[in-house]
Parts: sequence; C-alpha cells; structure tokens
Amino acid sequence: MTLPPDLAANPRLSTWLRVAADGVVTVRVGKVELGQGIVTALAQIAADELDVEFADVRMEPAGTAAGPDEGFTAGSLSVSTSGAALRQACAEVRALFAAAAADELGVEPADVAVHEGTFAAAGRELTYGALAARVDLDREATGDVEPKAADRLLLVGTDVARLDLPDKVTGRPRFVHDLRLPGQLFGRVVRPPSPAATLLDVDTGAVEARTGVRAVVRDGSFLGVVADDEPAADEAAEALRGNAQWKTEQSLPDEADLPAFLRGGPTDDTVVEESGTPEPGRVARTLKARYGKQFLAHGSMAPSCGVARWDDDAVTVWTHSQGVHPLRRAIASVLGMGVDAVTVRHVEGAGCYGHNGADDAAFDAVLLARAVPGRPVLLRWSRADELSWSPFGSAMSMDVEAGVDASGDVVTWSYELWSHGYTSRPGYAGNPGLLAARHLERPVEPAPPVDPALPSGGSHRNAVPGYAFPHLSVHAHRVLHTPLRTSAMRSLGAYGNVFAIESFLDELAEAAGRDPLEYRLAQLTDPRGRAVLESAADLAGWSTRGDEENVGHGIGYARYKSLSAYCAVIAEVETVSEIRVRRLAVAVDVGRVVNPDGVHNQIEGGAVQATSWTLKESVRFDRERVTSTDWASYPILRFSEVPAVDVRVVSRPDEPSLGSGEAVQGPAAAAIGNAVADALGVRVRDLPITPERVVAAIERSS
Amino acid sequence: MVALTVNGTRHEPTSPDDTPLLSVLRGPLGLSGPRFGCGLGMCGACLVLVDGRPMTSCDTPLWSVDGTAVTTVEGLATDGAPHPLQQAFLDEQAAQCGYCTSGILIRAAALLDENPNPDEDAVVAALDENLCRCGVQRRVVRAVLRAAAGGQR
Repeated sequence: MTLPPDLAANPRLSTWLRVAADGVVTVRVGKVELGQGIVTALAQIAADELDVEFADVRMEPAGTAAGPDEGFTAGSLSVSTSGAALRQACAEVRALFAAAAADELGVEPADVAVHEGTFAAAGRELTYGALAARVDLDREATGDVEPKAADRLLLVGTDVARLDLPDKVTGRPRFVHDLRLPGQLFGRVVRPPSPAATLLDVDTGAVEARTGVRAVVRDGSFLGVVADDEPAADEAAEALRGNAQWKTEQSLPDEADLPAFLRGGPTDDTVVEESGTPEPGRVARTLKARYGKQFLAHGSMAPSCGVARWDDDAVTVWTHSQGVHPLRRAIASVLGMGVDAVTVRHVEGAGCYGHNGADDAAFDAVLLARAVPGRPVLLRWSRADELSWSPFGSAMSMDVEAGVDASGDVVTWSYELWSHGYTSRPGYAGNPGLLAARHLERPVEPAPPVDPALPSGGSHRNAVPGYAFPHLSVHAHRVLHTPLRTSAMRSLGAYGNVFAIESFLDELAEAAGRDPLEYRLAQLTDPRGRAVLESAADLAGWSTRGDEENVGHGIGYARYKSLSAYCAVIAEVETVSEIRVRRLAVAVDVGRVVNPDGVHNQIEGGAVQATSWTLKESVRFDRERVTSTDWASYPILRFSEVPAVDVRVVSRPDEPSLGSGEAVQGPAAAAIGNAVADALGVRVRDLPITPERVVAAIERSS
Repeated sequence: MVALTVNGTRHEPTSPDDTPLLSVLRGPLGLSGPRFGCGLGMCGACLVLVDGRPMTSCDTPLWSVDGTAVTTVEGLATDGAPHPLQQAFLDEQAAQCGYCTSGILIRAAALLDENPNPDEDAVVAALDENLCRCGVQRRVVRAVLRAAAGGQR
C-alpha cells in the first residue's frame, strides 16, 4: 500500500506517536488547532485506530522541535491528509504492539484481541503500557498494515466533546496571549500610518528614558518598543507614534471603482478550462452579467500575537501560525540564519480563517526580542493594526456570459475573472511573506500574491461550474499590482466565484421561466451533487415555500474546490426595512464524518460568517490608508442578525473524508443573493449586498 | 490607593489609577479569562461583572472601580463546580475558538441574575453587543436557554 503523503514525508512512527509505561499515548501532528476542533477529531482517529481509550490519548501542540512537518493547516485538508497519515501510523503501531503481545503470550498475532488498550489471548492480557518498553517506534512506516474498515470504527463518527473547550469556558490560560514566561516583557510595534509610508525620522530618546521602557527598536521603517508591562508598552508606543515623521503616499486604488482597478492590469493570465465544442446553432439566446466583490478582512476576535526569546544566536518563537515549519524557514531566511537556530512552537490563538497576522506578529516579536537577549517578549497587535495590516481576501471582478437553447439550458458558458492572488503565506512562491520584512533597513520586498495550482486553485478556485455544460471557457487574470496586501482567506476565490456562477444560474433560470432547483438538477449529473441539492430542498421545504410578501428564497450549490465537499444552501430572507437572512438550510456531503457535531459546528459557523461577509463586510480605504480600523467601521454580523442555520449531513461512511471548514462560504453567499433577488425582483451583483446597493438596483430597474 | 475585590479576594493594585482594569486583571492579578479584543469596549471579550453589572474592562480605568467587587469568568464557578452556564456551554459545544466565550459567559450570567427565565429574544438582545467571529451565536443562545432551564433541554 502507498503511504499517505504526510506519512511518506514523515515516515518515522516515533515522529507521530509515543507510548508511555502508564499507557498514555502522546500524539504529535503537524496540524494546529484554529478553533475548528481539528485536534479533537485527530485524537478520535488515533484512539480508534489504536484501540485505546480516548482519555489515554494526549495531543501535543505542533512545533518544529518534534513531530511531523505537515506544512500549513489550511485548505480544509486536515482530516483528509493528517487524518489519513495518523490513521496509518496508528494502525502500524497497533500491529507492532499486537505482535509484541503475541510474542509475549506465545500465540500468533492474529489470535490477539485488542480492546480498550489491552491485548488479550489465551486468557491473559497485556496493556499498551506494559508493552511500551518492548516496542521500538523509531522505525519507518511500511504501508503493510491495513487500517480498520469503516464498520469497525467506534469513536470516528461520534460526537466527542472538544478537548480544548473546558479551558476556554473557565478562562484558564490557553491562548498565546496568555503566555507568561519567566522574565517576560511586552512589546508593541508602531506601524506606518499607511501601506506605502516610510519612516523619515523619529526621536526615540524621550521614549527610551521612560520608566518601564526596556528598548526602542528601529530598523528602517520598522519601529517598536519593549517594556515591563502592557500599559507601559502601550504608552511608549503612543509616544513613539507622536514622535515619528513619515513620508506617505497615495498608493491605494479608488474604492468606489475596484473593477476598473482590477481590470487595469498588468495581469498574469491563466486558461482555467476550455472544453467541449461550441454549437452556436443551438444558441437561442445569450445573456451576460458582471459581478464583483470587495476586499474582506479576517476580523479575528483577537489581535495577532507572538512571543519570542533570543538565547545567544538562537531564537524560540511561540505563535498561533498555521504553519510552524514554513514560519521557521521564513524567519531564518529574512534574518540570514540557519533554520536550526529557529524553534517555533504553536500555541492557540483566536479563530483563524486563513492567512492573518499570526506569522507577522511572530516575526515582530522576534525583531523586538533581539534587543533584550534572554528575555521573552510578548508582542500583541492593536485592533486597528489587525484590521488594516493583516492580509485581506482580494476584491474580485467577474464577467459571465452564457448561450442557452430554446429551453433555457446552457449550450455555451464563458467566464472571466480578475483578482489578486490568494496566497502570500510565508515561503509561498519563494517569498518569506512576513510583513515587517518589507519595512527593514535592508528590506525584503513582498512579491505579488500567487494562486495555488489548479484544480484546487486560488482566485480561480471554483471558477469552473460543476454542471454538465456542453462548452466551457474559463479564464483567470491575476492582478500583479497589489497596493493592498492580500492572501488566503476562507475558501479563497470560491466565495466570489460561486456567488457569481450561482447568481447567474438563477438569472438564466428566471429568463427561461424555470424553477431554480429544477434548472440546476436538469444540468447536474454528479449524483452526490444532486443529493445535496435535493436534501437541502427537502430540509428547507423548497417545493412548499409560498410567496410571502418581502420574503425570498434562493439556492446556492458547489462542490468545494471542484473536488472536495459537496454543499447546497437554501436561504430565506426578508427585505422589509433591511435585509435579514432568516434561515439557511444547508446540506453537505463530506464523505466519512469523523465528528458529526464538529462538522455541524463548522458548517453553521461558516454559514454565519458568510452571511456577515455577504451582507455587511467591505474593507474601507481612501487613496492613502485603510480606514476600517475598528468594529464600527468594519461591522460584522451581530447576535440579532444571525440566521437560523439547519444542517443536514449526507452520510457517506465508505467515502474518504473531505474537509468541512470552507465548503459553505460560496453557496451561502449565492443563496442569499438569489433570495434577495427573489424577494425584491431586482438583483444586486456586487458584494456585499448592502441596503445602498439594493436601493441602487431598484433605481436602475425602474 | 485603589482597593477592590476580585473573585472574592481583596486587592490593592499598585498600577497607576488610569490603567485599564483589563491590564490590571491580566497583569499583576495574573488572570487570563478576560480577553483583549479591541481596547475600545466594542466587542465584549473583556467583560467582567462590576458589582454584578457587566462592564468592558478594557476601557474602564482602575480608579473607577475603587471599592467594587469584580467577577471574572474565573470567578463564576463556585467551590470548584462550574457555573450552570459553563456546563451548558460544554453540553452544547457552544464555541469554536473560544476567545469571545469569557465575555459572553459574563454577559449571560448578568442576564440570568436579572431574569432567570429569559426567552430566546431576551437572550439575543442581551448578547447583541458581544461579537463572535466563528459564528456560534445560535449554539450560545441554546446554551444560555439550557442553563436557564436548569441544564435541561
């Protein structure tokens, strides 16, 4: 059997597992807890495959000093990739222990029964703990052991409670922000007032002389302070800000006309798909439309934070990064150090929905801590820095055109999108991707963000509709000039692309006088896709939805990345004085489910976040600086605005697990957009769907 | 010199009078439950009870809480037993990242003190100033209603 890729890359079993004499199994994975519950799900997989009690499994946080390198925790891939590797590693470890037990008990391995951590044969029993000293796990995985069949799994498929939540509901230290290491100091960075600003001059003397200030760090346009406690650091940072003179520049595009900016070039162009044969003779009618989305902010509840300590020429970093190994390499590369001199440990942060400021804050801490050798420095961003300096999800502009036959079915489909790349993570495309690196005296200039390769794609993720259209032409233009920093944000381009594609499908259905559900099913051949559409329709009561005044219903569907989870959403909105999403009915197929409540939680949360993006969110800026720097200028959905979210998981226990974290973003946006159009009779084609845009659409139509 | 009671213990912090209460709690007092979210009193992650009333500790100066009794999320439990709200949040798995949870628990505890049997609308209204980015609001509402119902649903 071929080893799962993450196990092939980290083949030593001892990298993944350690069994102690007391029977406790320590599991190390390269994936990190981002609030998504992955550590619990992976613990379930390990306990199940080993046949040990769940309580005997301890999950160690990822770090560069031990455990596998599994790259980034991203792309809704952790259950499928890390889960597959861990399952195989555990199956092999279990087999090694069973063989040792058989040897000890004088029976054949096949005669040993394994149950709750105990190996039994011939009326005798041995535990994992008792055998631990006899089994050397410092050996490579072979692929010769078959993991359990789905029907023999006991924990996988059940609602195991999250391991991290007891700490979080009692306020125990759990987050990197809570770290208090011996001798720890506190840091702040004074960021430039705008993305293109450079530091001309700063009087640091007065600040250095303040009580409680340990160091002022200036390196090019990077400016920061280290102090004894947080209030002293805050005050010193404000004083530094007051003493700093910056050269600013009007570098930002016109927020009111992003399509013109995005289409103004230069671009890197990709033919995403050209397939089928155009049959112009069958085209009875051609329709086209232009869609768009604004820049989006991650808006994590906690500002990014990192801790670093220098000991001689080596540095240790504590971070909520999505990738401890890539961050390690990026830090080493900017500072010209060997990677061995950089140790990176993961500590949880607040909810992470993509490449936010975590890596940048870690590097800020490294730069500040260098001024106070031997002392750990905890660096935390401000809310304003979090909302203006974390990378954004790129704005997009999309053109779609379809030729339809006499019945309205699509004969030919063409789609073109303009967007910044959706990835500038540390180390991606060779650039360290750390914010402060661009501000140093010897700067490392950022490269334009790139896109992960197709078929998953980045800005062009889900640019290809999943329907059986006879002719497809899909082109993507990656915009290279990036005055605003962009990178990966939950679902990447799929959010905008699925919104555009599924909105346009409704426009086509309406033009043909056909029901949006029937219209989709008529052109969708994938049985799993059809199943989620039908399931969502059943859950929402689509066929009996009625026509209450000012209430609309809409559908959105996609298979995430065109190769992962299937998801269909039906939205019910009301549009009286404002746009209110009452309910989202979601059907999802993620293959084999490890933790059903975990999948529900991810889908519910994703649907709520997508509702927030779709109705409210837009990064605001003038020609010089980002102006949405707090929760008043960057509002997100509140309790009173949150829709009911009903989730139905279509069970596929024999299919491989697919990630659930991002599948609902695009379908939810499209469903809401289509429901608004159904309620009002006019369509808003630009996200977010604000009252102002609705009024403008009504005015255009009248 | 400011004196206050935090989770039942009297303290006389030496921080300057205008230090934000949150910095005192997380600094010299060594607590971690109240979280820094925005520093502007706009997200609710830093909520604590001051004489039973929820207040955003990030923008509350130390001098203003002289002589008060402050309760943080760490102080909700009694005799080591979790507060019914904390248990209900676990029963409903009403969190993802959990960063906003402390403040939500504090606001919900204040609500239940004032109105032990709130309906769904009352819970939603009470929590409307608390932000959650992961999108667990419906679970949170269910958990608060469960706690109000004595843990039953």
